[in-house]
Amino acid sequence: MRIIVNRDKCAGCEECLSSCPFEAIVIKDDKAFINEYCNACKACLSVCPEGAIIEIEEAEEPKTVQEGKGVWIFAEQRGGKVASIAYELLGAGRRLADDLHVELSAVFFGSTKNEAEELIKCGADKVYFCDDPIFERFNDEPYTQLLSGLITTYRPEIVIAGATPIGRSFIPRVAARLRTGLTADCTSLAIDKETGNLLQIRPAFGGNIMATILCPNHRPQMATVRPRVMKRGEYKADRRGEIIPVNADNISSRTKVIDSIKEISDIAINLQEVDIIVSGGRGLGDPKGFKLLEELAGLLGGAVGASRAAVDSGWIPYRHQVGQTGKTVCPKLYFACGISGAVQHLVGMQSSDIIIAINKNPEAPIFNVATYGIVGDLYKIVPLLIKRIKEIRGVA
Amino acid sequence: MKIIVCIKQVPDTAEVRINPETGTLIREGVPSIINPYDMHALEAGLQIREKVGGTVTVITMGPPQAETALREAISMGADDAILLSDRAFAGSDTWATSYTLSMAIRKCGADIIICGKQAIDGDTAQVGPETAEFLNIPHISYIRKVEDITQNSIRIQRLMDEGYDIVESSLPVLLTVVKELNEPRLPSLKGKMAAKKAEIMKWGKADIMGDEDKLGLKGSPTQVKNIFTPEPRSGKKMLEGKPEEIVDALIRELRQIKCV
Ligand SMILES: Cc1cc2nc3c(=O)[nH]c(=O)nc-3n(C[C@H](O)[C@H](O)[C@H](O)COP(=O)(O)OP(=O)(O)OC[C@H]3O[C@@H](n4cnc5c(N)ncnc54)[C@H](O)[C@@H]3O)c2cc1C
Ligand SMILES: Nc1ncnc2c1ncn2[C@@H]1O[C@H](COP(=O)(O)O)[C@@H](O)[C@H]1O
Repeated sequence: MRIIVNRDKCAGCEECLSSCPFEAIVIKDDKAFINEYCNACKACLSVCPEGAIIEIEEAEEPKTVQEGKGVWIFAEQRGGKVASIAYELLGAGRRLADDLHVELSAVFFGSTKNEAEELIKCGADKVYFCDDPIFERFNDEPYTQLLSGLITTYRPEIVIAGATPIGRSFIPRVAARLRTGLTADCTSLAIDKETGNLLQIRPAFGGNIMATILCPNHRPQMATVRPRVMKRGEYKADRRGEIIPVNADNISSRTKVIDSIKEISDIAINLQEVDIIVSGGRGLGDPKGFKLLEELAGLLGGAVGASRAAVDSGWIPYRHQVGQTGKTVCPKLYFACGISGAVQHLVGMQSSDIIIAINKNPEAPIFNVATYGIVGDLYKIVPLLIKRIKEIRGVA
Repeated sequence: MKIIVCIKQVPDTAEVRINPETGTLIREGVPSIINPYDMHALEAGLQIREKVGGTVTVITMGPPQAETALREAISMGADDAILLSDRAFAGSDTWATSYTLSMAIRKCGADIIICGKQAIDGDTAQVGPETAEFLNIPHISYIRKVEDITQNSIRIQRLMDEGYDIVESSLPVLLTVVKELNEPRLPSLKGKMAAKKAEIMKWGKADIMGDEDKLGLKGSPTQVKNIFTPEPRSGKKMLEGKPEEIVDALIRELRQIKCV
């Protein structure tokens, strides 16, 4: 329980000041304010003529959920559709659950039963499912309340979620509330055969080192998983499982999502979900260079990325930036055109399966990570490449 | 309005050394900077203060030398600074760090708390949301624009994968920011003078009334088991010749992996 002043209602009459035995109420900007000396004794509640002093629920004492059973994945949806990260989590989760000989469950909010069935076909034994419209749009507080409530009730030993904007925003709250550890952005997960603990492997210091993280004394063991590194769960049309409806009573929120705006682009720009990325750097020389890269990306069904130098020059929006202060990506194929390969760029892309670097300067560090290195002018190579692909496709 | 900005001092370079015994990073000897995202957090705090009035307090948990980062923040315009430093805080994971920060923030009281999206050493992006949870206040992540702010509410744009959301929250609230939000200012001469003279508040575990079991290594649910260097990439091939030949060779390789 905590006592606060609703500043909308407070008239600044100072009636409450003398009612407080701890001198915890002060006037700030003409309104009452309760400071850290408050003992939540409630003496002030009835004094306020405006009803502006109220009590609110405190965060629950974080409790340790010891011993648990089962592996859970948080399956996120976007626009009602299961997001691709959820299928990757099912793949990873299935392997962990099989190693531990336990069930794999998915938690799925704000969509339809049909979509929930897809999770079963791709590996879930159970789906905790809630179709309440409050979950249609991502909002941290409702998501946190429902997921932590379910974990407290059913006590899984492992909970994994996507290291996506959604997962990385609210899963930390869940972990804090449950007084358990959370490992961010894992690229590999395994069960330690001796102890049964979850081995969580993740890059640190911008990918320069890898760390294995354990959460030995708290349950559940929680991790977010980098998109596109885990193999998707196998689809079997006849797989059976159970859908467990969950109700969303007592869900409240102090934040409100007013609107979600899609920034439309001709080609997909969700860099973390595409197979092919064509990136450009300062070597493009001017913003028009990106038109060329867009054409190549369009032909290959990929997206356009950029170095910070290109973003800072104002040639392309920040959301395309790859690297330490941009996105970390690992597509199947990454083109680096006119990018020198500064360490801050490398850490965001060096785990791509295949890297093709085109750079005039044979000494450019990008060649150290390239699978195929091309020393040359990108304005000669890229148009030729586009032309050849079109010929092959018969669209020239 | 009382604004608190959480900043972290991080190593500037990619040179990393590791203590083989504890598996923790050795920070000594590596030049330090303010985490780049936190510069944007600070700028956001200063802009909010300019708009609605109030004070900006910067706070960091770290070793004594993290004081330099706080002075730099004051030179940019922060009003005061708190250094949370205590042996008992050493070895904190994000859970214990957030707990410690939240206890200090509770002591100060705040209407808005601003963090960077993530710190570039650990890249966890967890301390902001976890701190909000400990404070039992809402948070909004990845702020790229503040649309409106009053004494008791805020409306912002939150950067998402396919676009952005417009989100409203009551105050107090914790925000985490991306670099698109603003361009951090440079220190002013006046600021530099203030930074030299400023009295930095130094708090230890007793000052924040921290529960021993929730602090530092002991309070951290996660443990680093080991640290290793990733395998270097292999199979590098330079494609040489005339542009036509290079592109032909490239097409052959792309065909093998069925991209063309
Ligand atoms: C704290 C911090 C965070 C950072 N975060 C990031 C980040 O997230 N992402 C990021 O990318 N950077 C980041 N940087 C910046 C990084 O250090 C580099 O400055 C940046 O990546 C350089 O971009 P670039 O390779 O496009 O430009 P440059 O380094 O200028 O390289 C341009 C390259 O293009 C080549 N070139 C020129 N013309 C042609 C041509 N016609 N054909 C072929 N090649 C050509 C040149 O040989 C050169 O190698 C960060 C820096 C700091 C300090
Ligand atoms: N030791 C710390 N002291 C103060 N703020 C911190 C500390 N660690 C993290 N933060 C804040 O939390 C944000 C996210 O950090 P992280 O979760 O470590 O990626 C940073 O940008 C800072 O604003």
